[in-house]
Amino acid sequence: MLAEIGHYALILSLLVALAQAVLPMAGALRGDAALMAFGRSAAVLQALLITISFGCLMILFGKADFSVALVANHSALSQPLPYRLAATWGNHEGSMLLWVLVLAIYGAGIARFGDNLRETLQARILSVQAMISVAFLAFALFTSNPFARLVPAPLDGAELNPLLQDPGLVFHPPLLYLGYVGFSVTFSFAVAALLEGRADPAWARWMRPWVLAAWVPLTCGITLGSFWAYYELGWGGWWFWDPVENASFMPWLIGTALLHSAIVTEKRGSLAGWTILLAILAFSLSLIGTFLVRSGILTSVHAFAVDPERGVFILAMIIGATGTALAMFAARAPMLKSGALFGTVSRESGLTVNNLLLMALTAVVFLGTFYPVIMEAVSPANKISVGPPYYNLVFVPLSAPLLVLVTIGPMLAWKRDDLGVVAKKLIVPTLLVAAGLAAMVVWLGTAQVVAALGLALGAWLVLGAALVLARRWRGAAGFSWRLVRTTPAATIGLALAHAGLGFTTAGIAAMSSFAAEKILVMRPGDVATAGPLSVTLQRAEEVDGANYRALRAHFRVSQNGSQRALVSERRIYTVSGNQTTEAGIGVSIAGNQYVAIGDVQQDARGQGLVVRIYWHPLVGWIWFGGLLMAMGGAASLADRRFRIGAPQVRQSPTARPLAPALVPAE
Amino acid sequence: MKRLIFILPIIAFAGLAAFLGYGLTQDPKELPSQLIDRPLPEFALPGIADEPGGGPGLASASFRGEPRLLNIWASWCAACPQEHPVLTRIADEGFPVYGIAWKDKPADSRAFLARYGDPYAGMGSDFSGRTAIDLGVTGAPETFIVDKKGRVRFKQIGPISPEVWEGQIKPLMQQLRAEA
Repeated sequence: MLAEIGHYALILSLLVALAQAVLPMAGALRGDAALMAFGRSAAVLQALLITISFGCLMILFGKADFSVALVANHSALSQPLPYRLAATWGNHEGSMLLWVLVLAIYGAGIARFGDNLRETLQARILSVQAMISVAFLAFALFTSNPFARLVPAPLDGAELNPLLQDPGLVFHPPLLYLGYVGFSVTFSFAVAALLEGRADPAWARWMRPWVLAAWVPLTCGITLGSFWAYYELGWGGWWFWDPVENASFMPWLIGTALLHSAIVTEKRGSLAGWTILLAILAFSLSLIGTFLVRSGILTSVHAFAVDPERGVFILAMIIGATGTALAMFAARAPMLKSGALFGTVSRESGLTVNNLLLMALTAVVFLGTFYPVIMEAVSPANKISVGPPYYNLVFVPLSAPLLVLVTIGPMLAWKRDDLGVVAKKLIVPTLLVAAGLAAMVVWLGTAQVVAALGLALGAWLVLGAALVLARRWRGAAGFSWRLVRTTPAATIGLALAHAGLGFTTAGIAAMSSFAAEKILVMRPGDVATAGPLSVTLQRAEEVDGANYRALRAHFRVSQNGSQRALVSERRIYTVSGNQTTEAGIGVSIAGNQYVAIGDVQQDARGQGLVVRIYWHPLVGWIWFGGLLMAMGGAASLADRRFRIGAPQVRQSPTARPLAPALVPAE
Repeated sequence: MKRLIFILPIIAFAGLAAFLGYGLTQDPKELPSQLIDRPLPEFALPGIADEPGGGPGLASASFRGEPRLLNIWASWCAACPQEHPVLTRIADEGFPVYGIAWKDKPADSRAFLARYGDPYAGMGSDFSGRTAIDLGVTGAPETFIVDKKGRVRFKQIGPISPEVWEGQIKPLMQQLRAEA
């Protein structure tokens, strides 16, 4: 019965979405307030219906109702309840349902929190949002119905892939979806602006919180995904340039660019066309990410069941959405009013360069991801893949100038600035970083110049973030608590996010240069060294878990005189026969000690365990930085001015002796 | 000129969409085999029996006169136990299945066959993996269909499912039997 209720709710939501796609748009054209108001109610109703539908599916998974095909295929009685519930979105059909749920919730958000929006703009946004809904709901209903029954019902189900039985799964996909789908809102904003032929500062101000609302969970999702791969997959790495990782990284890069260009549009009215283009691209890349995972066009560790029919549907959706939006962009964007001009040295210029570099980085990732597809189309006999060497070669030189710029940017004044003045502001961090760099080169030797540069860049970013706060807190009359208390949330957000980027950079630099690893066969009592670690295999034993059997090995790891006990397991899940590795990880600020066991192997000295030992310096900083960035975004989202109705009148340039520190600087 | 810049994104996107559409028509699992319609590479492998030299082995020269399946497998391979019942069924239906145990210790191969049953008409041990390189094996299991003249006619990557057997390989085997 629940399955049928869920199914009907989903069908009803499609009908509601159809009406919402047409009526508010007509209302905006004819200036009919009733039709526009209908859009708001429809958006809320649609979210309600899909919530019911999703709730039904979740209850079905919770009750382990194997008469529903999806439940039977993706959960088993031996699974703990939380993982059975998480299995709701651990498969293609369920994840599509989650996708439309998130989409509808964002739609309802525009309807509920968009009181200060221009009414016609809001109606158009809701209408575009509903068009996307219609496409995805039709996709879910017609090609991947999650509520299909299975007759006769089996007694027990097939298990979820054990890699997915992890707290990481409970949060990783929903967070990514919040990010991907969140960009549907900015897409709708962009299309609505093109329809209205207006992209003014007020438009950008309304859009900015929605960019942040997508960017923050996406940042969290990517960080969590990277962390999850590190400790669950047992590969000992934190990023693999896998197509699906890239698929989440590209919208993030574009979203970051959008975040910054929207500031320019909001503050200065410039770069409106550029902001619109980025808003379109961010969502398009999210769609392409979905396409990648589900069409099987690229093989990947993340791929869901491959089904070309679904691929055709999603491709049609991408062409429909992106194609239409870009065509409208080509027709309408040249007519948009461009804002104030700005000098070569100015905050606007800095943000423009930031945008160009982020676009270039996206292009690099994009090429690397799609080169195999394009090559195959050109010469079908060649199957190739693009690996980390390409990315390291191209990504690093492009991102270095961007990172340098991140600290300089917030010091620049709007409109026009002077290089000498900026240099004076940056004198303290410049000297500190230069001294640190020199010390590191002396200490580590010239062979590690690249690592030293990376660490110095990290320090440069953290110091730059601190400088932003310091300048805000030390007004003309010196340091004052009043200035600390009144610091806009957006300024704190800026400092947190830029500092986070610094921590991530330092972590990546240390990991790329100082990580150590060793793979060998060990027997109880053996001692092995890797980098600064000395590892003893103490004993190995067989144990039984909830739904698996495992070989468990106990290690003692000593480093610089301190000792720690680590345990690694090799699990075999009894229902599916799948195997996974649980690594033993010793965490500290300086780095992680990582021990993982493999198979039992025979060598010259008889039977032993394959053991992989890693020393990962500062690896935790990578995720800590990601978390800080997300917190920065969240802080910025909390900024008061996003809740104020009418756009504020900008201060006149002459009336701000404390500029730019008093301008909420993102 | 300025107008052209605004049109650029849609042109670039059209190109991309074309490539994606083309990519969709391709099966990513279908790796081209260089061996199709070429003679099976030569090999002479020892067997897996528990005796010096491994007992009766498998040589490429024996792939003549009758179409056969050559299955590359290993006891360590996760998908092989799933494929095994299908191989057993194929053998029961009267189609000869030969095997190469790839990078597998003969003792482990024997234990696998003792546990799951032995449908193979002949078995060679490729412990060094040398023959598998000649065959262009990308992973286990893989299965080659070799015709009466010893030419490779088809390569299945991954386990043979009952559907693949019924829909693709069995008709091919029957057609190869009918060939002169």
